Amino acid sequence: MEIQVNGQRVYCYTGGKTPDAAKPTVLFIHGALNDHSVWILQSRYFANHGYNVLCPDLPGHCRSQGLPPTTVEEAADFIIALIRASGLGPVALVGHSFGSLIAIEAAAREPTLVTRVALIGTAFPMKVSDALLDGSVNNPVKTMELVNVFSRATLAAPPSALGPGTWVYGSSLALAKRVFASNPHANVFHSSFKACNDYVGGELAMARIICPVLFILGELDQMTPPKAAQSLVKAAKAATVVTVPSGHHQMNEAPEETLTALRRFLGKLNAKIGNQN
Amino acid sequence: MPGYSDPGFDTLALHAGASPDPTTGARAVPIHLTTSFVFESSEHAQSLFNLERAGHVYSRISNPTNAVLEQRVAALEGGIGAITVASGQAALHLSVATLMGAGSHIVASTALYGGSQNLLHYTMRRFGIDTTFVKPGDIDGWRAAIRPNTKLLFGETVGNPGLDVLDIPTVSAIAHESGVPLLVDSTLTSPWLMKPFEHGADLVYHSATKFLSGHGTVIGGIVVDAGSFDWAAAHAQSGKFAELATPYEGFHNMVFTEESTVGAFLLRARREGLRDFGACMSPHSAWLILQGIETLPLRMAQHMKNTQKVVEFLAGSSFVSRVGHPLLATHPSHTLAQKLLPRGAGSVFSFDLKGNREQGKKFVETLKIFSHLANVGDCRSLVIHPASTTHFRMSDDALAAGGITQGTIRLSIGLEDADDLIDDLKRALKAAEKAV
Repeated sequence: MEIQVNGQRVYCYTGGKTPDAAKPTVLFIHGALNDHSVWILQSRYFANHGYNVLCPDLPGHCRSQGLPPTTVEEAADFIIALIRASGLGPVALVGHSFGSLIAIEAAAREPTLVTRVALIGTAFPMKVSDALLDGSVNNPVKTMELVNVFSRATLAAPPSALGPGTWVYGSSLALAKRVFASNPHANVFHSSFKACNDYVGGELAMARIICPVLFILGELDQMTPPKAAQSLVKAAKAATVVTVPSGHHQMNEAPEETLTALRRFLGKLNAKIGNQN
Repeated sequence: MPGYSDPGFDTLALHAGASPDPTTGARAVPIHLTTSFVFESSEHAQSLFNLERAGHVYSRISNPTNAVLEQRVAALEGGIGAITVASGQAALHLSVATLMGAGSHIVASTALYGGSQNLLHYTMRRFGIDTTFVKPGDIDGWRAAIRPNTKLLFGETVGNPGLDVLDIPTVSAIAHESGVPLLVDSTLTSPWLMKPFEHGADLVYHSATKFLSGHGTVIGGIVVDAGSFDWAAAHAQSGKFAELATPYEGFHNMVFTEESTVGAFLLRARREGLRDFGACMSPHSAWLILQGIETLPLRMAQHMKNTQKVVEFLAGSSFVSRVGHPLLATHPSHTLAQKLLPRGAGSVFSFDLKGNREQGKKFVETLKIFSHLANVGDCRSLVIHPASTTHFRMSDDALAAGGITQGTIRLSIGLEDADDLIDDLKRALKAAEKAV
């Protein structure tokens, strides 16, 4: 579906369902060089188990209009505006990588609009090396390939987003290239990495979050290693930490473990699914 | 495991898609000979059927052994994923049937395997899909043949058996200018010689029966998607590919391009094509092909070494009028092959004897090490007379368009000692020369 946010058309995948204001809503926020499709398994599951699902393409990415956010704070304001425009708030926020920082900041800015925060592959500070920042401008394809390899922990991922037979090295790289090419007017690779690198408010924002927070961390994650999330874990008022056997792409290297953690955490919002845990 | 740097071809040929079995510790890939997989609960079953969770349900749709093969070939090709099917012919059919229905049109190379030519020229026409054939090197011809209802351009990396090299960068650019993808049959080159995606192809398929398995033991096919073609954009521009970009009633009105930005083709091909047409691969076949792929780099290197020696020998023979391999400067694709296929243009090629049909027959029947049969890409050397076998349904005109005459002999060079192969050919040439 498409939602007008700040005068711009924003695409949100809903799992093929029409939103119902009586249901709890989960809003999934993708990371750098990704779009809504990285959440397909998780979003289809919740969309078919009593939830509304909103999986936006961030502004300036793929099917969404607008300028890509250049700071975490700007992206958080977009998410808040999207929640309001959808009429489906309050929502549970689920964010991956760059999206996890956006979720933290959005939940801190508008605590009453957020019921739960799930952070997948997160870290604070989320520093990006000068080499990668430079490469994202001057040699983006080669740098995408480096980031893709560094994000992986296995050559034998289990069945994931496209089902059995998916080569996740290739599918992630193809998506990154597609997302990058989707905006000929702005470098969404550089803007996302720079936003992660520049974000300084993570711990303060976490301390302002009043709802429960779930951390899903990849035990083999080299991009955001579990130890790099500890300052956020300590700053959270009510944190649950789950470690899954994956690198930085928990959703397609450990899809079942990631879904189980989300079900247990978000199931409490919905008696039907909560009883299944 | 953590710390994998960008894995190279040889590593991927052994490890992509497979790790030690977590239950038994088996290091080699197990053969999962089972039709079905037990559900944990009714809810688990429902979520698998509805693509909310990923897993195996029924081996016509997916199987763990096949999934390893799919990941492995996708990795070697640089794709996003793959689908194993019963044969190379099934791979071509699945590709076509996923992208179009009656009223659609394909532009294809004239230099095709006879079975592919049959499928497009005769059988698909019966289902309302028309094909225009153009010579692979006729660049203006490719462009001129495209119609408003064209949905696909299709050729072989090197044509069978003339080894006309497809100018993939140019033909893919023509395809993309017209908002359609390029499908390439990469059977004769394998990803060790060329990765068509690096040159602009969008979909690749193999008859895995040939070099991928490599031992002449199994029939199988596989389709690989580069994830590069933007089906949604093409649909928005021309209305084509509604199969991928509009709700599909056959699967809860799923819009495949919304489900996956890069994998819509694979989603529909598996969910519709394997479900409804059902040309699946046996897990046992998948395992045999995986065994072959583990030594693909070693075998291909040896195929190329032997081929070079045999081509040089035949080119120097007084009883041979033509050797059709791009290694030779006289071959029309020599320059293009050097650019696109620096490791070699394959070990399947043809040559013409200076003699009549009976002399050709004597030549084939005198060979001892070369086996006279209808296959290529075996570890053993093979020989066949295309005009009377693989291409026998084609008219003389169609044969000529494919670079085949009545006197053409096709060889598939295997892994034997090159000196023994050359001795075998010497004996056969001498016998044929005397058989006047």
